[in-house]
Amino acid sequence: MFILFALPGSMQQLKQSETKVSKGAIFQKYHHFSSAATKDSSEEGSEEKQTISVTFVDKDGEEKHIKDVEYYNKLEDPTDEENDMLDLAFGLTETSRLGCQVIATPELDGVRLAIPAHTRNFAVDGYVPKPH
Amino acid sequence: MLKAHQEAEVDIVDRLPTPFGLVRSGVAPDHPETKVVVNQFSRVAQHQRCSFFGNVTLGSSISLAELRELYDVVVLAYGAESDRVLGIPGEDLLGIQSAREFVWWYNGHPDCRCLNPDLKSTDTAVILGQGNVALDVARILLRPPTELATTDISSHALAALEESNIRKVYLVGRRGPVQAACTTKELREVLGIRDLYVHLQKDLVKTPIDEEELKNNRIQRRVYELLTKAATSGPSHPSSGQRELHFVFFRKPDRKPDRFFESHERSGYVSGVRLEKTALQGVEPGKQIAIGTNQYEDLGCGSVLKSIGYKSLPVDGLPFDHKKGIVPNIKGRVISDAQKDPPVLEKGLYVCGWLKRGPTGIIGTNHYCAEETVASISEDVERGLVASSASLPKPGREGLLQVLDDRNVRVLPFSAWEKIDSEERRLGSLRNKPREKLVTWEDIMKVAD
Repeated sequence: MFILFALPGSMQQLKQSETKVSKGAIFQKYHHFSSAATKDSSEEGSEEKQTISVTFVDKDGEEKHIKDVEYYNKLEDPTDEENDMLDLAFGLTETSRLGCQVIATPELDGVRLAIPAHTRNFAVDGYVPKPH
Repeated sequence: MLKAHQEAEVDIVDRLPTPFGLVRSGVAPDHPETKVVVNQFSRVAQHQRCSFFGNVTLGSSISLAELRELYDVVVLAYGAESDRVLGIPGEDLLGIQSAREFVWWYNGHPDCRCLNPDLKSTDTAVILGQGNVALDVARILLRPPTELATTDISSHALAALEESNIRKVYLVGRRGPVQAACTTKELREVLGIRDLYVHLQKDLVKTPIDEEELKNNRIQRRVYELLTKAATSGPSHPSSGQRELHFVFFRKPDRKPDRFFESHERSGYVSGVRLEKTALQGVEPGKQIAIGTNQYEDLGCGSVLKSIGYKSLPVDGLPFDHKKGIVPNIKGRVISDAQKDPPVLEKGLYVCGWLKRGPTGIIGTNHYCAEETVASISEDVERGLVASSASLPKPGREGLLQVLDDRNVRVLPFSAWEKIDSEERRLGSLRNKPREKLVTWEDIMKVAD
């Protein structure tokens, strides 16, 4: 299961499916690493590209209990539907959101995201789901 | 298992020719998004080291003891195919059924093809229980049938629902809204059914113990908020011809005999139930039970559906805890003697899913449960506790095929399901449904050929 960023206005809108089966990242090895997400506004005719940096912290990382309330508050409130799904999530905290609802914006530059301890890749054969 | 053990061959045995268990027979027809997981399951079954053996019944086609001789590891994951009973006289009157049977009926399970629930002679159905299964049943009874006509609901159920006279459904819970067993998504959905009048009693009070229960439980908190909001908002009367859904709290069926009333006009059929008002009593921190208060009220109805929980069935040669309805186990390892310290374990025998934990949880819960059982298996393999001390390896798949062939058991592999699947989808496309399920053993076996 990917944590993917839906980029507003982008041609490459990626959203993970909201199945109840699994939540979390596909990352099999647990590492502390950074990733970049790019916003491409070429649709609007502008050449503006912005990169934000996102740090993932694994379950063995030092910063286990991420409570970046400041970043959390920058997100739109969860809808009832998202809250209904969060009800069933493992390892839920007060600053938990569904990965597909965390939309990358310049304001989130530097955000740190912790992935729940009970995260697994369901696919047997390294199958990579198609973005949809 | 396939991921954790690159040399392992895994065989899946199912008494039905159609795989996927409750995803096919339990998930409601109007919840197709929950069934997408069959794609993952199909990929596992099609894996080169995996084989599906459909139409093979544990107990009659092959015994547990025989399976343990054929395979290094046997994992029982056959769930809970029976029901908890109320234990009340009159419980077996006609018109009283378990929700499980009703769900199997509308989902086209071959065992319940001929259930024939009577939805015509009465306008009122009483559902005992307020969990997600109870809500599913209420929703299927109350949704406009035109909305169900484009789902994979079985055609015999759709026909019955199109002619149904049921207009009022009661969801009866022994305890209060704080203890309601449903979850928010399902509750929100049933409250939003088109053109439905929803009624809840207004005198819903919270006890201090209720507050304690709510404090640490997000799901219960949100369910309680939804219920109390529904109790105080909306019209106070149904409009003419409107279907009705009533949530009834603090009521349990009276345990004395003849409290399921028998109809005078139709001998042997239920015509009503006597309910006793309850009060909550704390028994341990965070747990309250319902006790009777000797005040009663009667509900007239022609249909009662018991949705008070599933129960697993024991099998010859399998340790079983009849009180809890599960197989005694430690992280999935089956216990043969719990009296000893440390407990004696059954070699190479494991459980997973509802048979291991009891009949609660969603699909995702079983994912985590499976990981735990596989971790136990892996540890045991590593410690040499699983492989037999004899030099010959176990016969496995070849051995099973041989035994079944000797007994003339017709094994239906995954490719047979693929034929059934393809035919169901073809039949469905003729009626604007995702699939038209084959619901009799004869039809299924004919297509599987």
